[in-house]
Amino acid sequence: MSTTGGPDTATDVTWRDPKRYLWLIGLVVPLFPFIAWALVEATGLGLLWWTGILLLYVIFPVVDILFGKDSANPPESATAWLERDRYYRWCIYLYLPVQYAGLVFGCWLLTHGGLSFQGRLGLAITLGGVAGIGINTAHELGHKKESVERWLSKVALAQTCYGHFFIEHNRGHHVRVATPEDPASARLGESFWAFWPRTVSGSLRSAWRLEKKRMERLGKSPWSPRNDVLNAWAMSAVLFGALVLAFGPGLLPWLALQAVFGFSLLEVINYTEHYGLLRRHTESGRYERCAPRHSWNSDNVASNVFLYHLQRHSDHHANPTRRYQALRHFEEAPELPTGYAGMIVLAYIPPLWRRVMDHRVLAHYGGDINRANLHPGKREALLTRYGSAA
Amino acid sequence: MSRWTCPVCDYGYEESRGAPREGFPAGTPWSAVPDDWCCPDCGVREKIDFEPDSGSDSGSDNG
Repeated sequence: MSTTGGPDTATDVTWRDPKRYLWLIGLVVPLFPFIAWALVEATGLGLLWWTGILLLYVIFPVVDILFGKDSANPPESATAWLERDRYYRWCIYLYLPVQYAGLVFGCWLLTHGGLSFQGRLGLAITLGGVAGIGINTAHELGHKKESVERWLSKVALAQTCYGHFFIEHNRGHHVRVATPEDPASARLGESFWAFWPRTVSGSLRSAWRLEKKRMERLGKSPWSPRNDVLNAWAMSAVLFGALVLAFGPGLLPWLALQAVFGFSLLEVINYTEHYGLLRRHTESGRYERCAPRHSWNSDNVASNVFLYHLQRHSDHHANPTRRYQALRHFEEAPELPTGYAGMIVLAYIPPLWRRVMDHRVLAHYGGDINRANLHPGKREALLTRYGSAA
Repeated sequence: MSRWTCPVCDYGYEESRGAPREGFPAGTPWSAVPDDWCCPDCGVREKIDFEPDSGSDSGSDNG
């Protein structure tokens, strides 16, 4: 564990980040609308407006399996400069201009591109895919200590009207993760379709409560423009207003659709991250501190590159301000059978998801079902099925 | 001058500066900050987990 100065210095000199240039691949995602347009132009196939779906749900899961895993960690001695190197920040920042260029281009196509109804549906979903993965970009930015990055986080969230996410996520989810009180931690036996309304409404209410409390301490009304929930939503209002002014009111249903699809994509990723995992109470009555065992990880390299190491989720929860390029794989963390790309497809089909995941949760707890975070509606059934093996 | 540091992310609360954005103006004593107040940077640890580092006297055994 503890090394002397000599070997560490040697590591500093010799270690090179093998993923350094791979992070640029993350910029393929905001290019989806342009890729879709180019493919339709080249082939004449209107079906290819659905390129976003095709890439997210079919190509990426396959690529994940083909490229396999990478569990290598940067040496401890390299993390300081790895975090300081501004190149990595720019890989993230660049997502935003491409995301919004794609949105404007997409809005023009939706209203003036002469697309069929199915074509427009596919394109709106493709735009929503970019916006949803953009929430992951916002997530990386929102955790940082620098105010510019937090502001950029809100900008990235404007397209999905999910500006409240960066408040609830940082101050709500991270505090209550893997407990029954957290709307964004899925419970064993809970399907994604039951989780969706609980997390969408619960996270919204939690964000509002957090900001209301902060406004109270500041001696202000919750309806102040300094309320981050409100000023983040104002960005969405300005964005949508400007787009409707430019392209006409016929755009509104498509904007709404891509926003809902976008934040639902985030929520399905949320669903996989802590499914069934539970923190215990300590003697003092508080929850134990969040540890690697409280997040599902995946070291599939392709998904990790597209999601900026989001799948090294245990380290993220242990050290939320750590930058993506420096996040580490932990051997002791529970590992998903494939990357998030494949897992989200499974999550849409609850019987498949439960077949793949429930026994993994049980194994993680040494067969003791009582240690898992149980969905109240399925509690009896789960106890009967898996017994109180303790 | 007293300072309390988050054990996870090194965020520091100094009484002289307070945390104005959080609703604790400069000069707010640490005792006036509620126990369930979370670190505003990482959200992992709460006030009662913060570690005091009283400037001048200690801090020499970092090895």
